Amino acid sequence: MKAPAFGYERAHSVEEALLFYASGDEDAKYLAGGQSLGPLLNLRLARPSMLIDVRSIDELRECTQTPDGLVIGAGVTHAAIEDGAVPGPVGAFLAVIAHGIAYRAVRNRGTLGGSLAHADPAADWVSTMALLDAQLDVRGVTGERQVPAESLVEGPLATKLAPDELVVSVRLPGWSAAARFSYYKFNRKPGEFADAIAGFAYDPERGVCRAVIGATDGAPAVIADALELLAAAEASEAAVTAAGFEPGSFEHHVHAVALRRARDRLIAR
Amino acid sequence: MSTTTPSAKRPFGVGARLRRKEDDRLLRGRAEFVANMRMVGMQEVAFVRSPMAHARLLAVRKPADAADRVFTMDDLDGVSPIVANSGLPGFRSAGQYPLARDKVRHVGEAIAMCIAATRAEAEDLAERVEVDLDPLPVVADMLQALEPGAPLVHEHWDRNAFLETRVDDNLDDVKRRAAIVVTRRVRTARQSMAPIEGRGVLAWFDSRLDQLTVTSATQMPHIVRAGLSECLGIEQGRIRVVAPDVGGGFGYKGILLPEEICLGWLAMKLGHPVRWIEDRFEQLTGNANCREHHYDITGYADESGRLLALDCDAVVDSGAYSSYPFSACLEAAQVSSILPGPYVMERYRCHTWSATTNKPPILPYRGVARTGVCFALELVLDAIARKAGREPHEVRLENLVQADQMPFTNITRKYFDSGDYPECLRRAVAALDIPKWREQQKKRLPDGRRVGVGVAMFCEQGAHGTSVYYGWGIPMVPGHEQCQARLTPDGMLELRIGAHSHGQGLETTLAQVAHEILGIDPARVRLIHGDTAVTPYSTGTWGSRCMVMSGGAVASACKVIAQRVRSIASHLLEAGADDLVLEDGSVRVAGTDHALTLREVAHTWYRQPQRLAADVDPGGLEATSGYKTTQDTGTFSYAAHACAVAVDDELGAVEILDYVIVEDGGTLVNPMIVDGQVYGGAAQGIGTALYEEMPYDDQAQPLASTLADYMLPGATEVPAIRLEHMETPSPLSVFGQKGIGEGGAIAPPAAIANAVNDALADLGVEITESPITPRRVLAAIAAAKRGAS
Repeated sequence: MKAPAFGYERAHSVEEALLFYASGDEDAKYLAGGQSLGPLLNLRLARPSMLIDVRSIDELRECTQTPDGLVIGAGVTHAAIEDGAVPGPVGAFLAVIAHGIAYRAVRNRGTLGGSLAHADPAADWVSTMALLDAQLDVRGVTGERQVPAESLVEGPLATKLAPDELVVSVRLPGWSAAARFSYYKFNRKPGEFADAIAGFAYDPERGVCRAVIGATDGAPAVIADALELLAAAEASEAAVTAAGFEPGSFEHHVHAVALRRARDRLIAR
Repeated sequence: MSTTTPSAKRPFGVGARLRRKEDDRLLRGRAEFVANMRMVGMQEVAFVRSPMAHARLLAVRKPADAADRVFTMDDLDGVSPIVANSGLPGFRSAGQYPLARDKVRHVGEAIAMCIAATRAEAEDLAERVEVDLDPLPVVADMLQALEPGAPLVHEHWDRNAFLETRVDDNLDDVKRRAAIVVTRRVRTARQSMAPIEGRGVLAWFDSRLDQLTVTSATQMPHIVRAGLSECLGIEQGRIRVVAPDVGGGFGYKGILLPEEICLGWLAMKLGHPVRWIEDRFEQLTGNANCREHHYDITGYADESGRLLALDCDAVVDSGAYSSYPFSACLEAAQVSSILPGPYVMERYRCHTWSATTNKPPILPYRGVARTGVCFALELVLDAIARKAGREPHEVRLENLVQADQMPFTNITRKYFDSGDYPECLRRAVAALDIPKWREQQKKRLPDGRRVGVGVAMFCEQGAHGTSVYYGWGIPMVPGHEQCQARLTPDGMLELRIGAHSHGQGLETTLAQVAHEILGIDPARVRLIHGDTAVTPYSTGTWGSRCMVMSGGAVASACKVIAQRVRSIASHLLEAGADDLVLEDGSVRVAGTDHALTLREVAHTWYRQPQRLAADVDPGGLEATSGYKTTQDTGTFSYAAHACAVAVDDELGAVEILDYVIVEDGGTLVNPMIVDGQVYGGAAQGIGTALYEEMPYDDQAQPLASTLADYMLPGATEVPAIRLEHMETPSPLSVFGQKGIGEGGAIAPPAAIANAVNDALADLGVEITESPITPRRVLAAIAAAKRGAS
C-alpha cells in the first residue's frame, strides 16, 4: 500500500517546527526516524495532512550530563545510544537496551523521542524510561512542560501528549555510580517487539529501587518501591497480577517469569 | 561436501561448484523485476478487495467522476472464470471469476480494479469505490466446513469439499496383532509463502503483432498463456507471456492469477500499458496461503516398534477456490499417496477431504503436502518408539525401505528408483552424536534449559511426469521437456527452454550441462527462458523437476548440436565424424592437435557456406530436442534431518542447538547450488516448525497483516546447518541427478517437534501442532500437568 497525499515541511529548529504546526491544521504530525510512522502511513492507518520533519534539528540530537543527571535529545537514534552516545553507567545500560531494538537498519533511523511518542507498549524505551524515572521535556505551540515517562502512555499508540507537542529531550535523574540495572525481554526473535518486559533499577546510595513490568496493554507498570520484590522471587506473581494480568493466562505467566529473571540478573550483577 | 567431481576433460561440467552466472546481475542490483519496469503511458492498478470472508455482492458503486477508471466483473466482457477441475471421481467444480460476481468467498478477493498514474492515486480511487456486501454465515475452519448443515461456500454443492479420496485396506488382522497402537491428532497451521518479491503483472497490447503481452513474475509462463487464452477467449498465438527476473517462487507464482486475467483484459481494452505490483498486505491477507492440514492418524506396530499399518483421516483446508493448474485437490490427494513416506508396512488406510472454506485458495508450497505428511508420520513414529522403549532412530532403521530392496514399489505404488535410506539415517545420527546430547540432557544446559534430540526422514519425488499426472486429470500434464539449442555465428551457444528460473540457478547449471556435452566454456552459453514467444512449451518450474527435465532436454539438444558440428567439421578437417572429439570449445581430430574452434565451425556454417560439404546435414547448428526420463515415475531423493534443541520450559522458547542434514540427491550437477537449495529450504522448514502462522478468527478474518505479525525466520533463527551428501545416481535420469529443490523444507517441522517432545518427555508432554510457539509449548506443559494431577 502507498500513503495518501500529505504536505511536508522540514524544520531546522524546534521553534520552526512549532511554527509549521501552528500555521497548519491540527492533523499535522511530527516525523522523526519514520520507522513506525512510515509503515502506518503506507498502511493508511495514519493520515496526517502534513508531516513536519524534525530530523534536521541539531539541538534534538544533543546529549549532556547535568548536575542533576542526564539530558538526552529526543532525536538521538537507537544506534547512537547503542554506540555509547550516553555517558556513564546509565549509558552503558541504555546501550544494551538499544542493541535489542529491531535491527541495525531500523536503529540507524529510529529515535528515542519518536519511539516514546509513538507509544507502542511493547517498545523498549517506553518501559526503560519509566523504569529510570525519566521526565520528557515537551514543547507545544503554547508552552513547555514535563511529562513523567511513567505516566506518558495511556494505551496502545496513545499518550498524554497533545497533537502540537513535540518531545524535545528525555531527562534522567542522577543515578549514582553504585546503581545497578537489569532488563529481561522475552520475544520470539531478536529484534521483535516484546511479549514481556521486566526491569530493575537499584541505587543503594540514593535508596531507590524501582521495577517495571512492560509490554502490557497500555502503560508500563512501575513498582516505585521494589525492594520487597527484589528480596523475594515469589512476589513476582503478585506484582504481575497487580499490573493487571489475568492469573493463569499466558501473558501473566511470561511476565512473571520475565520479572523473576530480571530480578535474578540484578542480583547476579 | 559432495563426492561428485567434474571430469578432467569437463572441468565446468557435472559436479563442478561453479559460481552462479546470474549472480553477477542479481547481486549488483542489475536484475530486472516487474517492479523495475517502466513503459510510456503506463498506468498503475489497485484492487478493491473484499473485507468480508463470505457475503453477497449486492452492488459496486463507482465514483461518478472516475467511473471510466474503475472496472468490475460486469465490465469484463468476454472473460470466463478460472476453471481448474480434477478428473478424479467426485470432484466438485466451481469457477473463480477474476473479479467477484454475485458473492465474495474470502477476505481479499478482488472486487474491482482501479487505474491511475501512480499506485497511491489508484489506492485513493479504490477507497472511493463503494461496495455493498450482505454478510453470509462464514466457514472459517475445515472441520466445521465438513459438518452437516454447515453453510455452503458454493451453493450448488451438497458439501464443502472439493474432493474426498479413499484408500481402504482391511486392518482387522493388523489390529488384532498390534502390540503398540498410537493415535494422534496432528495439525499444521495455515501459512503464507513469503518470497522477497511478491507478485507483479505488467500488460500491454501490441497492435502491430495483434498480440497481448503479459509480463508476470511467474514460474510457468506457458501455463499462464494457456490459462489466459481460456479465460480471455483469444488464441494462444495472440498472447505472449514473459517472466523476467523472478525473486523467489516456492509455488506462490506457480498458478494462473486472477490479476493476470484482469490486467490482460484491461490492456486490450485501454490500449496502454497497465501494471499491478502486489504489496505485502495483499500477499498476506488475500493471496498467499498454504500448508493447513489436519490429521487423525493411528500407527499400528509390533512390540519392537515395527510398523504394521497406518490408518489416517486427513483434511486439508483448501480454501474457497480451485487454483489453476494444480487444482484444489492436489494437496489432499497427495497426502493419501505419500503418507507412508520411506517406510514399509503391510496395510494402509487413508481417507482425505479437500475441505472448502471461506479462506484464500490453498497453493502448493515447496514440498507441497510432504511437509505436513512428514510431520504427522514422524510424530507417530516417535510415539511408537517411546512405547517400545527404544531410540526413535533405531525403530526407523528397521522400518525404512532397505538398500537391497531397491528399486522398490511401496504400498501406494510409488517407485523408489534407488538409494540407501538406512545408511542416510545412520550418518545423520552419527553426525549429530546422539549419545553426547543424551548426556547433556541428563544435566540440562548450564542456564537450566532442557535438551532434546529429534530425527525425521522423508523422500521427495521429483520430475514425475505423464504417467503420474494424467491420473489427476488437472489442466496440465507434463510430457516431454524440450530445449532449442543454437550455435550463433560467433560460436556462442544459446539454449532456449520453457521452464523458468526464479532462484534455482538454471543459467549456471544448464550451461554446465552444455559444457558436459559440447565442451563449450559455460561463459559462452546463454540461457534464454521465461518468454513464450521464443521458447519451447513447458509446464514450467515446479515439482523439483528442472535439473532432471530441462537438464535432460539441454543434454539431448546439445548431443544433436555435437553431431551437427562433427558433420560440418569432418569435411573441413578431412576426418571421419567418429574420430572427432569436442573439448575446450573446439572440435578436434582425436589424438592430434588438428582442430577447429566452435566459432570457426559456426562461422563456416553461417558465413561461408561455400566451404561446406554438398551432403552436409541441412539442419545446421540449431536443434530442438525433447526429453523424458527413461521411466516417468520420478526420481526419489531423500534425506535424514537430525537436530538437538534447547527448550525453556518456563517460557516455552525453543532454540536449535545443532542441525544435521544428510541428503541423497543422486549425481549433483552443481553441489554448491544444491547446498544453497537445501539450506534455503531448511530455513523455510524452520519457519514452518517454529514461527510462521496465518491465524484466522471465527469470521475467517486474517489476523496477521504485516510481517510484524506474520513471523518469518531470519538470520538469528537459522543455525549453521551441517550438510552431508550421499550421491546414489538415479537410473532414470541422464546424469543420475535427482530433483532436490523442495526437500530442505519438508523435514524440519518433524525433526524439531520430535526434539522438543524428547526434551519434554518426562513431563508427559507431546506437541502435535505447528508452529511450535511458546504459547503452544506452555499450554501443552500445563495440560500435561493437569492430566498428571
